[in-house]
Amino acid sequence: MPTYQVDVRVMPRAALLDPQGKAVQHALVELGFDGVDRVRVGKALTLAVEAADAESAAREARAMCERLLANPITENFAVTVDGEL
Amino acid sequence: MRVAVVRFPGSNCDFDTLRAASLVGADAYFVWHREGDLGGADAVILPGGFAYGDYLRAGAIARFSPVMKAVVEFARAGGPVLGICNGFQVLCEAGLLPGGLMRNAGSRFVSQPVEVRVESVDTPCTSAYTKGAIITLPVAHGEGRYVADDLTLRQLEDDELVVLRYTGENPNGSAHEIAGVSSAERNVVGMMPHPERAADDVLRHTSGAAVFTSLVTCLERLGGGAA
Repeated sequence: MPTYQVDVRVMPRAALLDPQGKAVQHALVELGFDGVDRVRVGKALTLAVEAADAESAAREARAMCERLLANPITENFAVTVDGEL
Repeated sequence: MRVAVVRFPGSNCDFDTLRAASLVGADAYFVWHREGDLGGADAVILPGGFAYGDYLRAGAIARFSPVMKAVVEFARAGGPVLGICNGFQVLCEAGLLPGGLMRNAGSRFVSQPVEVRVESVDTPCTSAYTKGAIITLPVAHGEGRYVADDLTLRQLEDDELVVLRYTGENPNGSAHEIAGVSSAERNVVGMMPHPERAADDVLRHTSGAAVFTSLVTCLERLGGGAA
């Protein structure tokens, strides 16, 4: 079976305060990047997933997100398959 | 009565919790996270700390440790379960309590005494308090901001499942100033404050002792264990 490179992005839900993002934004503005706004900090995970095809690899990764990688109460996730390894 | 204190790699309030339970007469003992059973526990406490280093999210990995299968079964069967601080986070991740806990609104780790009101005495962990009592307990956490969707929050309020509420300063930005909640069946309780750190005369703060007295008393009432 082929192995796929899968990228998972987990972000705090938009409606919820992200103090980390606020702190980073504040630091950027302090550095003179005045035009920056709505900074949010999440997590990026990369996985090598063995699967029959890209769609199955994505499905598998979404199942991982639902069970462990993201908390549906506080976070959203997005899965991208970046091709075969 | 037998009180199991679950230890994960990274638990750090385990000894204080064991002592607080012992001081009120419980036969308290540790259960390692690799264990598959709770050793005939009448009540279970998940102590504070940083289980599995809080990797991924606080409590996210701990909830899948072997012992948690037994804890979930125990809770589903109506057994009293208390999660303190990180233990509260683990119980939310495990789906035994509603909502979740996020980074404190002010970004800072807060370690200070806070005032909380005991909103519900209809739980195995608060029955020895007077409803409405305002007590001072220590908090020590970076991720204690309680969040839940509006429907869940409304249910918590309507069904009186909020157990503790911050009355002074809200130290972490929790929704509805929530410091502790219970499950719909009321046998599972989670709280961010540390009652075990205010449960011994030698510390000169004992307002948390009644959490452990409540547990022991409820077990006696249920006829649990053999002293």
